[in-house]
Amino acid sequence: MTQSSGDSVMISAKGLTKRYGDFVAVDGIDFRVNKGESFGFLGPNGAGKSTTMRIIAATLTRTSGDITVLGKDPEKFGPEIKAHLGVVPQADNLDNALTVQENLYIYGRYFGLSKSFIRGKIEELLDFAQLVEKRNVKVDDLSGGMKRRLTIARALVSEPEILMLDEPTTGLDPQARHILWDRLFRLKEQGVTLLITTHYMDEAEQLCDRIMVMDKGSIMAEDSPAGLIKNYSTKEVLEVRFGSDRNSVIAPELKELTDRIEILPDRILMYADDGEALLHTLIGKGLHPNTSLIRRSSLEDVFLRLTGRTLVD
Amino acid sequence: MTVIIRQGSLKLVNVERIRKRGAYSVAQSRLRIMLKFFWSVFAAATLNPVLFLMSVGIGVGKLINNHSGGVDGVNYLTFLAPALLASAAIQNALDEVVFPVLEGFKWNKSFFAMNATPLSAKQIADGVFLAAMIRTCFSVVIYGLVIFLFDGFTSSRGWFAIPLALFAGASFGAFVMGLAVAAKNDDSFFMILSRFVIMPLFLFSGTFYQLSTMPIFLRWIGWLSPLWHATELSRFFTYGHHLAPIMVIIHVGYMVAMLIFGLNFTHRQFEKRLSK
Repeated sequence: MTQSSGDSVMISAKGLTKRYGDFVAVDGIDFRVNKGESFGFLGPNGAGKSTTMRIIAATLTRTSGDITVLGKDPEKFGPEIKAHLGVVPQADNLDNALTVQENLYIYGRYFGLSKSFIRGKIEELLDFAQLVEKRNVKVDDLSGGMKRRLTIARALVSEPEILMLDEPTTGLDPQARHILWDRLFRLKEQGVTLLITTHYMDEAEQLCDRIMVMDKGSIMAEDSPAGLIKNYSTKEVLEVRFGSDRNSVIAPELKELTDRIEILPDRILMYADDGEALLHTLIGKGLHPNTSLIRRSSLEDVFLRLTGRTLVD
Repeated sequence: MTVIIRQGSLKLVNVERIRKRGAYSVAQSRLRIMLKFFWSVFAAATLNPVLFLMSVGIGVGKLINNHSGGVDGVNYLTFLAPALLASAAIQNALDEVVFPVLEGFKWNKSFFAMNATPLSAKQIADGVFLAAMIRTCFSVVIYGLVIFLFDGFTSSRGWFAIPLALFAGASFGAFVMGLAVAAKNDDSFFMILSRFVIMPLFLFSGTFYQLSTMPIFLRWIGWLSPLWHATELSRFFTYGHHLAPIMVIIHVGYMVAMLIFGLNFTHRQFEKRLSK
């Protein structure tokens, strides 16, 4: 079992840039991922997360900058690096005509693993992915959540040094997401280095030790989920709705009550360390919102602060 | 809860071994998929020659034999059989390098899954091609046996037609595989390929009659077609069709050149598409 050994560096990038003609997909970013760490790229679609992942995974060449994965340059040592990565792409790319265990088997063979090793490994992975009863079922007949778990199990067949997950739970129903998070959390507990891209803040908060917030190819901030919230938001948020017509009329009055407000199309977010007290002040001033809600700050608020936009448009 | 990472890939994965054997593991997984459809492949491989040889070989053959005493000095079935064999090889090869290749890139994206492993783009292409050739070989051998049962080989060297047919399938298949990878629009690609390439090649490659009976301005279709080159060589073996030594060299050379060019072209297309 691989244990997290502190500061041994798995991935390191400096000035990493990818351009497609005039379009800059990744704009000179720097980052480091340590062994045993769970590192997340958080940002909306088109932020450059998947592009960065593909450069790390040696399936896309960079335009400029430096990157090393396990101490090697992915452009020069593609197979040597890929040998130690487990890749879970955004869209499942399983062989639909084959069964669950056949998919695991052939993938193990692509890594040159012996038949006997793969046979034993399949049992562990089926158990891990909760697919023991589905072992002889064709992939075509699996649910979305099962396919996703199988794709993750497949990526683990070679016991990779780094597991890369691109939007692991996009398109899954809430129950399937929670099962998947549980599985990923167990991997994290076992010290597997995880690299995750997501545009779900709850996913990033649950799974990542450290998050890099990306937008339009650049890094907006980088810290632990709690650190980001502490630095870029208040403890609590008061969400108020006055009806879509009145929101913008009332906004100037609300601005005087707290340091930061955000006006969204359907509601106004008011940032404060004590949401309850702020609501009282509001009502004391005769401003009666149709609905109000006090909640803890989340990464969504951090993102809004950093980019002026919500994560899921 | 099972421990998932026990030894780690640094111990388990041997990149040198993959460099040597990667293409074979791709071919194995492709064959595994093909085996799921074994009975339909087997039925097609058997029925296709039986139906063709009965209807055209015997049916149309009777007319021709009665009217002009056969073609090229032999009865019509003997004349026709090697051409049908080679065209069946080409058709089988195309069955495995067109749809399955588009599937791997576009529909289930399984080639991208392979590309995430230490396999190179070239190994993926080679594995897919190798598996396609194994299936083609299977169908061609069955076709050859059926021809034998229909008494279509009059010479003891007639079985040479089998590897020659496979050769035609390989040279044309390698090239078309690259085209399938490069195709931007699947639907029009199939339409153009089957109607404006495969069909004319089948009809104008000296399959049903000698190419020399065609007007000169149509013969070039045959010259370009690996089907014609393979058929000419096969006929030399199956019934002693006259062939000048220089023509033997040209026929073999053309197919070898097309195979080498096709494979290189396909490798480049795989590399390009997988790194896009």
